Amino acid sequence: MIEKTLKGKPAYWIWLAFLGMFMAVGVACYARQYLFGLGLTGMSRDVSWGLYISQFTFLVGVAAGGVMLVLPYYVHNYKVFGKITILGEFLAIAAIVMCLLFIMADLGQPLRALNVVLHPTPSSMLFYDMIVLNGYLFLNILCGWVILTAERKQVHPPKWIYFFVYLSIPFAVSIHTVTAMLYCGLPGRHFWLSAIIAPRFLASAFAAGPALIIIACLILKRVANFDAGKEAMNKLVTIIMYAALLNTFFVLLEVFVGYYSNIPGHKHSIQYLFFGLEHHGHMYNNLVPFMWTSAVLNFGALGLFAWPYARKKNEFLLGLSCVMIFIALWIDKGLGFVFAGFVPNPLDEITEYIPTANELGITLGIWATGFLVVTLLYKIAVGVEHEIEQ
Amino acid sequence: MYNKGTIIPGLIIFVLIVTFPIWFNGLKAGTLPKPELPPGGEKKCVMPVEYMRANHMQLLNQWRDDVLRNNDRIVVMVEGKKYRKGLQMACMKCHSNKEKFCDNCHTYTAVKPYCWDCHLTPKEAASKEETH
Amino acid sequence: MDKQRRKFLKIAGVTALAGIGAPALIRLTSSTALASEHGAAESHAAEAVHGAPVPAAPPGVRLGMVIDMRKFSEQPEMLDNAIAACNDAHNIPQFDNRKSEIKWIWKAPFENVFPTESSYHLAKNVEKADFAVLCNHCDDPPCVRACPTQATFKVKANGIVAMDYHRCIGCRFCMAACPYGARSFNWQDPRPYIKKYNKDFPSRMRGVVEKCNFCGERLALGQEPACVEACKGTGAMVFGDLNDAQSEIRQVLDKEFTIQRNAELGTKPSVFYIV
Repeated sequence: MIEKTLKGKPAYWIWLAFLGMFMAVGVACYARQYLFGLGLTGMSRDVSWGLYISQFTFLVGVAAGGVMLVLPYYVHNYKVFGKITILGEFLAIAAIVMCLLFIMADLGQPLRALNVVLHPTPSSMLFYDMIVLNGYLFLNILCGWVILTAERKQVHPPKWIYFFVYLSIPFAVSIHTVTAMLYCGLPGRHFWLSAIIAPRFLASAFAAGPALIIIACLILKRVANFDAGKEAMNKLVTIIMYAALLNTFFVLLEVFVGYYSNIPGHKHSIQYLFFGLEHHGHMYNNLVPFMWTSAVLNFGALGLFAWPYARKKNEFLLGLSCVMIFIALWIDKGLGFVFAGFVPNPLDEITEYIPTANELGITLGIWATGFLVVTLLYKIAVGVEHEIEQ
Repeated sequence: MYNKGTIIPGLIIFVLIVTFPIWFNGLKAGTLPKPELPPGGEKKCVMPVEYMRANHMQLLNQWRDDVLRNNDRIVVMVEGKKYRKGLQMACMKCHSNKEKFCDNCHTYTAVKPYCWDCHLTPKEAASKEETH
Repeated sequence: MDKQRRKFLKIAGVTALAGIGAPALIRLTSSTALASEHGAAESHAAEAVHGAPVPAAPPGVRLGMVIDMRKFSEQPEMLDNAIAACNDAHNIPQFDNRKSEIKWIWKAPFENVFPTESSYHLAKNVEKADFAVLCNHCDDPPCVRACPTQATFKVKANGIVAMDYHRCIGCRFCMAACPYGARSFNWQDPRPYIKKYNKDFPSRMRGVVEKCNFCGERLALGQEPACVEACKGTGAMVFGDLNDAQSEIRQVLDKEFTIQRNAELGTKPSVFYIV
């Protein structure tokens, strides 16, 4: 089936070349970082995790979001998702590839990465994250490939594959739960030390993942003559709406706990995110515009989703609201959540984090790699779909 | 066989590239390295020469784990002289020239141990000597 | 032909997976990895009559430190000497920007060292004083729990929270986990920023985390930690075995009221302060 990636319209090749350009920039920037050290990033002694880990955290969510297609289709036999379930699985593959690349980019000693396997440490949440992330990647490649192959031959998929399909469902939940546990089990980081982090991560994941799939479907409809079907799209919008509402609810609960309890540790990071923190006469408010953009986009998208005309009749508005919710959740989890956890630091000092150009180059390069992977995989999926139709 | 015309030349080119180091050096192994013996004239090492030649890296790893993890920093006695376990503490006290001792073989065998990223060679240490 | 190839690929795939997984399995099932830090020795005995149970201290040598700020207030330059002694002993680089700083022991005001203690109407001498800050060598260190490679661990023989720089992958999970901000990361090669070398101690490489090691290398020679030695004779820093009722540090602890940083987090720090 790989041969399907080798034939395409000029637009396809231009798109791949465009992504390849960013990837090349990413490689060059990474080479610089590899030779000099992580000092080329904006991270510091106080904000010791930056864009790489925050992107990783967000993308784990995008990967887990694929389960919102797998679960209805395979467990509840919801046939409408038949055509697009493969898109969810393939999106998960690309997202996990990006996650692993971001982790590698973040390591101070990347050549020693295998120490995690050579010296397994069951007390460390990273140990479990390694297991579930690689497991989920493997499961999605296996299930996606076997089922697509069967589809192409127009036979039923082999029975044994369903074991792995069902297994991938708890794995999807576990990748994001374990990723939340990286944060929420750390004493002294009050912003993260909250039992609602895992459910909040899952809620935002189940909105961001499907939103990206709707965007992909709308694009595929135009450029690849692939129609996911009205009903499937409507159902996805419902899923996104509920998930985004839950996420909003969870975030507001955090705000309540912080401000009503008035405990400085619980309040300061939220204050820093939305209003800025004043410290010794200096105002620290780097993230304030981002967080309000996120809030506005989040409620704006929810409003659009609630309007039947926008979600059912007007594809432009549907796409727009999906882009809005995706960006809102990206800011919320892919920027704010990780950075604010380090402000203030354990000694009640404030250091702000501003990514460097080199760091942005690597980040864009990895995102481009993810888009490349997803493009190639979707090319295969859509190609097989067209082959069956003929 | 299909595509005979491409496969066979391809295989030949592959073999040539893989064996490049061998024929490029004219089928010779080059001059064998001769690591410098301790300038201070010490004759005995912590282990027999044959063992050290083959296993010094394992011994260093063992020492590393002893010192760092097992709180076993017991001194090594060689011919009545005391040494503290460690590359900087023991080995370099006799083999004081890293360039002539360590690098000699490592360069020949194209091994790049990362010892010296942290540990100071006597030369490096002397470059910023602490003055009391 | 095709079938055989598939069969071969299947077998090869399974074998490769088993090969990758085997070391992990062997390590996990071997006793050392599974034996918990405290083993069965730690008894959650001593149920107090009032309130929550008070966990007993783990047995064996447990090194700790008392920092007497009254003494440092009298001789403020002594803390600078202690910090300088540590920097010299451990080849610690000096960066002039806050971003890349490497600190094993440093100074900070009371409100930063004890952010959860009230700083309303502080005694004037406390308000102005610079407190010595270093790794607390906790009994229950969150950094050790977080480390995915056991590059940071508790030395069983003396309770020091140590680092193995050879093994650290530089994921900085320990830095996020430490509630004391005691850990530094080598964002770049530290060598050019080391002023002078102590030839008996290594430097670090870029890409690994480092922190105070309670001078494990000096203890082995029967010496006190460098910072303690710098304050010798003043009692400003007292170092010793917290489990030995006869030790000097216990005499001080038995007599004086001390506080610990972030004790509410349950890390059981081994550094005590007399304010």
